[in-house]
Amino acid sequence: MRLDQLNNHLTKRVKSVHTFPAAPEITHQLAEIGFIPGEQVTVLRRNLFGGDPMMVRIGLSTFAIRKQEAELIEVEDLENHG
Amino acid sequence: MRLKTSKIMAESKIHFYPKEPLIALVGNPNSGKTSLFNLLTGGKQKVANYAGVTVERKEGKLDLGDRTLRILDLPGVYSLYPRSLDEQITCNVLQGRAIGEKKPDLVLCVLDATNLRRNLRLVLAVKRMGIPCVVVVNMMDLAQKRGIQIDLSQLEQELNLPIVDSIGNQSNGDFALREKLKAINLSKISADQQFSKDEDEQPYTVEADNVVVQGILHRMGLDKILPDPISDRLDRTLLHPVFGPVILVAVLFFIFQAVFSWAELPMSLIEKSTDWVSQYILESMPAHWIRSLIVYGVIAGLGGVLVFLPQILILFFFILILEESGYLPRAAYLLDRIMGSVGLSGRSFIPLLSSFACAIPGIMATRTITNARDRIVTILIAPLMTCSARLPVYALLIGAFIPARQIGFGIELQGLVLFILYIAGIVGAMCVAWILKKLTSSKKAFHPLMMELPSYHLPSVKNVAIGLWQRTIVFLHRVGGTILVLTIALWFLASYPSPPEGAIGPAIEYSFAGVLGKALAVIFAPIGFNWEISIALVPGLAAREVVVSSLGTVYALAGQANNSAEALTPLLQQGWSLATALSLLAWFVFAPQCLSTIAVVKRETGGYKIPLIMLTYLFTLAYLAAFITYRIATHYGLA
Repeated sequence: MRLDQLNNHLTKRVKSVHTFPAAPEITHQLAEIGFIPGEQVTVLRRNLFGGDPMMVRIGLSTFAIRKQEAELIEVEDLENHG
Repeated sequence: MRLKTSKIMAESKIHFYPKEPLIALVGNPNSGKTSLFNLLTGGKQKVANYAGVTVERKEGKLDLGDRTLRILDLPGVYSLYPRSLDEQITCNVLQGRAIGEKKPDLVLCVLDATNLRRNLRLVLAVKRMGIPCVVVVNMMDLAQKRGIQIDLSQLEQELNLPIVDSIGNQSNGDFALREKLKAINLSKISADQQFSKDEDEQPYTVEADNVVVQGILHRMGLDKILPDPISDRLDRTLLHPVFGPVILVAVLFFIFQAVFSWAELPMSLIEKSTDWVSQYILESMPAHWIRSLIVYGVIAGLGGVLVFLPQILILFFFILILEESGYLPRAAYLLDRIMGSVGLSGRSFIPLLSSFACAIPGIMATRTITNARDRIVTILIAPLMTCSARLPVYALLIGAFIPARQIGFGIELQGLVLFILYIAGIVGAMCVAWILKKLTSSKKAFHPLMMELPSYHLPSVKNVAIGLWQRTIVFLHRVGGTILVLTIALWFLASYPSPPEGAIGPAIEYSFAGVLGKALAVIFAPIGFNWEISIALVPGLAAREVVVSSLGTVYALAGQANNSAEALTPLLQQGWSLATALSLLAWFVFAPQCLSTIAVVKRETGGYKIPLIMLTYLFTLAYLAAFITYRIATHYGLA
């Protein structure tokens, strides 16, 4: 499942981060702010119109990200990982 | 051969640095580096509760009693892979590649105690560079409040680096750090301690670093996620999908109402005292050109601008509180849909917001924007955010031409008009960005937001007071400097040459300024500007407020026949039609930039192309907006 498809208030784990062909540096920037495989992630809320942007808790940090970024992030259930 | 030698000569240019040891502050954005810097150096650099406040390296001196250290405050970074211009500055300094600065002797790695997880990854990266490093665990008070217990000695062992704690916004919060710095012998540290780089130079990965950090946190019992419950509760209301935007509009509305209603008393006090002073001088001094210069030049001009200080301070009071509290990035979150739809990344928000104070810091703040196209677009539209220098112009015209009356729902008309003018600038900026998106952006572009939403803090009274005091100083410097000089210059141009014998009409019409104003009025007549406005616009290029002081001087001189120092407002009410006033307001929404902004745009973009484009489009927009406003107003019989 991708992060943009995740319902609010469900905690998942980052599985992988895809690369956006036209802007490969985005993957790295996402990693820097905490989108690293294994990190816990929760969608806290979404804006009214189209759910964009969304407020996300990644690790301990809270970030506002757009759908475009969320589409790059693959998430999995917490139990899947030991 | 000769070419080669000269190239080597150029490269081996010797730099001389001050002899004091150099210390650099490095850390994640919004980890409190600048607060700590101010504490250590007694400096007054701008601090606020959002990422990306510092975009330049700032230097200060730390006095340790027996010796002095130089301290560099650097822009915050998440890693040592620079992606934007401000991050580049930090990386260059750490690698010893910054122009005019040596490699630091010691790095203070500033951590946010409430978010060690992300901050520790940066420590690992700094450690890898081989520069001696002291880790400063900042915001310890907040961490304790949230029940995060950090065992500093255990962390010291885990990282194998010296560690101190600090509280950046408390007057003695740097005590432990000062003691540590006193104890460190900087000349010895680099020789003794081997902070050598890892020999095998393995390309590290963020993932690998993260595993190390997770290990440390696990062993220290800090791997549980403890979010800030207060911030989460506040966000539930303030960022609610429906109530959030409503609250944001209400807050902005309240601010503009307050700018008018709270300022009434201090403004009338300033007005009364300037009136009293000029009346006193008129009565006690003989009629002489110096008397005219003082009363009609200096007092009419400067007093006319000074009266707007209370309104500027009220506006900044609210801006400072919003900045300190952590609400600003949340406003960015709420408004992001608009930014995204015109092809701007979230990073443009803070630069645009800073432009409400002045376009110059706003344009500097665009350094945080990674994408070059997005950065140029943001620079181009930054001047459309209403800067504080435009506030006196708006306030003068609104005060003179818009009646102060309630229009229901507790809304007051003057505040509403001011709100609309600010909105007009924003809407104009979004339209320009949208057009530029259609012209320049490719379909495949990626416009990330990735904006950190920090925990809320209660604004500190001290920081707000310092911010307001600095605003006052800046404003008084402008009044006593640029505005004074231009006002005196305009007085001379508007007073000489004297009219010929037997001339009819006010003397000013025969002066240089009068003649020039009448020539310019030909260009501005279609948008309803008279020659007095036309002449006031010229010195207004140096600073916007000068338009107000210039109008003060021009009208005071034109009316000096009756030997009184009348306030500007009634003179404008008699002399201008409502259509002219509205047209001038529309002009100022888009008005071409002041010269210092143009100079900064040239410096930041490295050429004349962008400043020229900016000037042209702003002038065209301003003229069009004023023309349309004037024609519509005339059509409805307001001329």
